[in-house]
Amino acid sequence: MIRDLHEKLVGGEITAVGLTEKYLQAIDTKDGEIGAYLTVLREQALEEAFFVDEQLKRGETIDLLAGIPGAIKDNICIAHVRATAGSKILDNYIAPYDATVIGKIKGRGAVVLGKTNMDEFAMGSSTENSAYQKTKNPVDIGRVPGGSSGGSAAAVAAGEAVWALGSDTGGSIRQPASFCGVVGLKPTYGRVSRRGLIAMASSLDQIGPLGVSVEDVAIVFSRIAGFDKKDATTAPSGNDKPFEEYLTGDIKRLSIGIPTEYFSESLDPRVRAVTDQTLERFKTLGVTVKEISLPHSQYALPVYYIIMPCEVSSNLARFDGIKYGMRVNDIKNSFAHTNGLLETYLDTRRVGFGTEVKRRVMLGTYALSAGYYDAYYLKAQKVRALIKRDFEEAFKQVDLIFSPTTPEPAFRFGEKGDDPLKMYLSDIYTVTANLAGIPAISFPMGTIEEGLPRPPRLGEAGRSESKAGGKALPIGGQLSAKWFDEETLLRAADAFEKSFK
Amino acid sequence: MILFIMLSKEEVKNIALLARIGIREDEVEKYQKDLSAVLDFFRELETVATDDVEPIGHITGRVGVARTDQAEDFESEGQAEIIKNVPEMKDGFVKVKSVF
Repeated sequence: MIRDLHEKLVGGEITAVGLTEKYLQAIDTKDGEIGAYLTVLREQALEEAFFVDEQLKRGETIDLLAGIPGAIKDNICIAHVRATAGSKILDNYIAPYDATVIGKIKGRGAVVLGKTNMDEFAMGSSTENSAYQKTKNPVDIGRVPGGSSGGSAAAVAAGEAVWALGSDTGGSIRQPASFCGVVGLKPTYGRVSRRGLIAMASSLDQIGPLGVSVEDVAIVFSRIAGFDKKDATTAPSGNDKPFEEYLTGDIKRLSIGIPTEYFSESLDPRVRAVTDQTLERFKTLGVTVKEISLPHSQYALPVYYIIMPCEVSSNLARFDGIKYGMRVNDIKNSFAHTNGLLETYLDTRRVGFGTEVKRRVMLGTYALSAGYYDAYYLKAQKVRALIKRDFEEAFKQVDLIFSPTTPEPAFRFGEKGDDPLKMYLSDIYTVTANLAGIPAISFPMGTIEEGLPRPPRLGEAGRSESKAGGKALPIGGQLSAKWFDEETLLRAADAFEKSFK
Repeated sequence: MILFIMLSKEEVKNIALLARIGIREDEVEKYQKDLSAVLDFFRELETVATDDVEPIGHITGRVGVARTDQAEDFESEGQAEIIKNVPEMKDGFVKVKSVF
């Protein structure tokens, strides 16, 4: 889509201002219902577009992304623009500088339409944890868009943005991409600078793109990737050309591994059916499919839910009501024992944070507290090493690993209730890529009829689950690749997508 | 070795204090239940042998990244942008309550 729009811009068929206006209009008409945006940057976006039109008028060459309107998750800082990270504690926070990724895309002339809704501090899998609003899944507005980058995925799916940036700590780009029927990439840890990303769990967080096609995602990814001296965890790129130029459509002789651990008896048979069809299609494209084993994958969720809250508790210590954000220190029913600084901390964080954030900060505080560090954090980092080793072994045998992105399609609002463990299971296929640091992509692989009677599973013959209003809900397939091999990852997902055309 | 943990009410209150999160008396029980459930979920890791495993440091193995220790001027405009976010200022200082 980006390439088409670029050609139209260069050919004079459309203008960047016209294109931006079209998307701002789409936001005006649809976003009241969808709720993807927290902030719309109307004037700024039009100015950015105007600048691109001026360049075109002068006959200058423009970048592929120039003049193409996109949306940014609200935990990524844009200078002089509010950044809430979905939390009340940052309700009045105005970012003083651009995140490195923002500087990079602005440098290419990209147009930023606004900031998108998310689970508070990126903690959640449905965007229901936003302190501001619900975001609805454009495919079925009775369902969640996934999370935590739910606003970014919904904006792209609803045609309220051409592309978007999200962040992925345990699946927060891929899971909403799966739920909304778009493409989402979590790059290798260290591929994209995290400077200016409001940190959740520093050893797991990565910024990545969402779009309607693999090529769009590759185009945006090429422009945000690279070493940043202000983020010491970033790595220099070994690629000599932009990623969209690797998308040849030819994936003959590649091999895809299917982890037996991911395809247990409990996998929804409808998801399994779509998965099987996807693998058949990959085979017709010349790919070899073989079974592999990731023996420690069953430990990924508990490892993730130790490491992540520990890092969360440390990263969120900065929200204390002193230098920025909300400050509460004069409420009548303070629970502090003193009337001093401690009261400011306790009350600000009590009022400013939502339930899930408090839960994770407390969990991390406990796991890191004296006497428990070895039993929790250290143990988890050791099992994490074993999980990484599983992938090292697997990638000696295959080029890519395939699974569904999510164990189910988008669920209804409130369906997971307030049970944290139930919600955590949404991340079962996605967290391993963050733990191992490998790149992974979610792309639409098919749909599942939800609400229609499904074939009975073993042992429940005769029970029907007929609900009113059957709907075809998208579900994503997930490919993951070796560290820094986004090239093969994108090429395979693109070849799959192209095979439908 | 992690034993089955049901956090006591006192422990929950202490964790909340360490985490600098004020919680009300009637919230303690809910956190007690939620936190204990998640801690119980971690027990699965007990069965994994990790005696001779090195814990993960940096996942892609980058070590010793160096750069010149040179300050970059954020300039007065940048300074003003930062200060704009401070909840309370007095005479050019960030105002806070006394520690005790």
